[in-house]
Amino acid sequence: MRDGAVNTMSEVILKGVYKRYGKTVAVTDFNLHIEDKEFMVFVGPSGCGKSTTLRMIAGLEEISDGTLQIGEKICNDLPPKDRDIAMVFQNYALYPHMNVYENMAFGLRLRKTPKDLIDKKVREAAGILQIEHLLGRKPKELSGGQRQRVALGRAIVREPKVFLMDEPLSNLDAKLRVEMRSQIGKLHRRLGTTIIYVTHDQVEAMTMGTRIVVMKDGFIQQCDTPLNLYDFPKNKFVAGFIGSPSMNFLTVSVQNGMLNAQGLKVSPEGTLAQSLRPYEGKQVWMGIRPEHVGLKGFTNIPVGENIMEGEVEVVEPLGAQTDILVSVGGQILTAKVDGHVMVNAGDMVQLVVDRSKLHAFDLQSENALGRS
Amino acid sequence: MNHIVMLLLASVSIPLALIGYLALGEGFLSRLAKNTAHRVRPWIWIAPALILLCVFLVYPTLSTALSSFKDATGDLFVGLANYKFIFTNPDTLASMKNNLLWLVFFTVGSVLFGLITAILADRVRYGGVVKTVMFMPMAISNVAAGVIWKFMYDYRPAGLPQTGTVNAVLSSVVPGFEPIAWLIQPATNNGALIFVGVWMVVGFCTVILSAGLRNISEEVLEAAKIDGATDWQTFRSITLPLLMPTVLVVATTMVINALKIFDIVYVMTNGNYNTDVIANQMYKQLFVTQHSGQASAIAIILLIAIAPVMVVNIRRYREQMGSAA
Repeated sequence: MRDGAVNTMSEVILKGVYKRYGKTVAVTDFNLHIEDKEFMVFVGPSGCGKSTTLRMIAGLEEISDGTLQIGEKICNDLPPKDRDIAMVFQNYALYPHMNVYENMAFGLRLRKTPKDLIDKKVREAAGILQIEHLLGRKPKELSGGQRQRVALGRAIVREPKVFLMDEPLSNLDAKLRVEMRSQIGKLHRRLGTTIIYVTHDQVEAMTMGTRIVVMKDGFIQQCDTPLNLYDFPKNKFVAGFIGSPSMNFLTVSVQNGMLNAQGLKVSPEGTLAQSLRPYEGKQVWMGIRPEHVGLKGFTNIPVGENIMEGEVEVVEPLGAQTDILVSVGGQILTAKVDGHVMVNAGDMVQLVVDRSKLHAFDLQSENALGRS
Repeated sequence: MNHIVMLLLASVSIPLALIGYLALGEGFLSRLAKNTAHRVRPWIWIAPALILLCVFLVYPTLSTALSSFKDATGDLFVGLANYKFIFTNPDTLASMKNNLLWLVFFTVGSVLFGLITAILADRVRYGGVVKTVMFMPMAISNVAAGVIWKFMYDYRPAGLPQTGTVNAVLSSVVPGFEPIAWLIQPATNNGALIFVGVWMVVGFCTVILSAGLRNISEEVLEAAKIDGATDWQTFRSITLPLLMPTVLVVATTMVINALKIFDIVYVMTNGNYNTDVIANQMYKQLFVTQHSGQASAIAIILLIAIAPVMVVNIRRYREQMGSAA
């Protein structure tokens, strides 16, 4: 229970945290300072260690090395019940033999909360989540969305310092997911509690997170606000993971400060141009997002030394926009263009690149060059 | 040689007869109107099983019920005399009391030990091996187990070398231990027999209960942990209620086993020293006293005792199948 004090800090600090299973290392040197009231999202492909990290914070997995601090307490060796956390699971994990009310009250009962207080809290949480009419039902009588609400309710009534959510929306259909996304966002603003949220869906991460940790193979790739991740990815993995459709990567060589490849000649600007100087005569990855590539004659991007030529391979009209896949000297590139542009597969087209949005990455290390 | 020929003949002719019967039946159906055929067909197919069931189960049950009201040779009706005898005769009354002991201690013992091993075995790496070893007694017959344990419980007076494993081990471990006549002393004999029964079935209980435990979602148990439950609280409030249907199926099966128990007692004590059970009484009435009336009456009482348990068991089983689908 919270001591009633409003100013109880609920930061979560991880220092040099490792998770090892025998010889395999699932999480490596995880350092993160999650601020009080922050909505922190862990995102990454499956097996990247995001869930393992969350489970270490929850106390469901032992921490192999490093320290975990929740509030003022070092929590490495504390059992989950003493960490003042609540967790929402991917498959809801409701107690099948208890009705909704009992599910929500279980944690409070274990803490010997007085009956009338339990009742008050359960009804309050049910009110927030609009599940008052379901209190007498068993989990199997509920739809997926309702179960998810109950799972959230069970976490809320406990008034924990930190909410942990492990892919809570991945079992819902697309429409419900969007709805619940905004509801969790609202809940966060209303409760003002720290939330750590794990997902593999970058859209969820971008729309919900105050900050996002992008993980891969147990390493933190980058931790930043959604827009900073989008604008200034630190490496090729982050650049490709954030954004949809994902960023285009083409191998180009640097010649006289220009990015050159068959069918394209683009001149970088600003800090990127400077940081490419040591790469003169060498190859690098050029990165450009589909939304920063236009069709010559149909775009506001000024035309200069930023033209790519290629043959349209696929046209995917989506209404508001059309994605066209263009083969530029054999390298496939996606461009997001106006929905009503008339192009057909087989057409030769000229594409204009927004030079201010250009990225470049080292061919070996895949680290971003410039633009930091 | 003759037997083998008979056996081959039977194993060929019975399926052939069945196929012939079905062919005839289908031929008959093809002459009926479509709607009528649709209604009659299930009966044609189920008839062989139904007939076998009637001949080997329903008819014997009814004839047993009938002869339970007749005298020793089955000639004269004697009303309720056989039942009166059973409920007044000290031997049968003692058997019933022993069966009650079996009912309680055998059922509770096998379910409890089964549950404990299932839970513990799931927590260790070599749990599978443990379960396999525990399951092994299921592979031997009750008679063989009875013989084995008769050796185990063997008794020699103090001072002589103890050939029974139990007494031998105890007297070498416990200082000043007096060998115990396990199967003779009234304080231990029923317990010793029931223990053999439990030893036989505990592996079976473990396997079934362990399958039930596996069915409980790991996430739900983790949720309870996060909610603040200790291991014991998780077990009591989450695991046990969710495991209850499985426990009930196992328990009712064990209740039926306890009521029917015969071979262990027959082999190890033959009901002497006040260890007799109802099924053994039935055997004695039929083959020793040769009183078919009293034997039938015992059979009917046993049937009536088991029937409600059976109903519960089948209902539970159906519910589980239903929830699994």
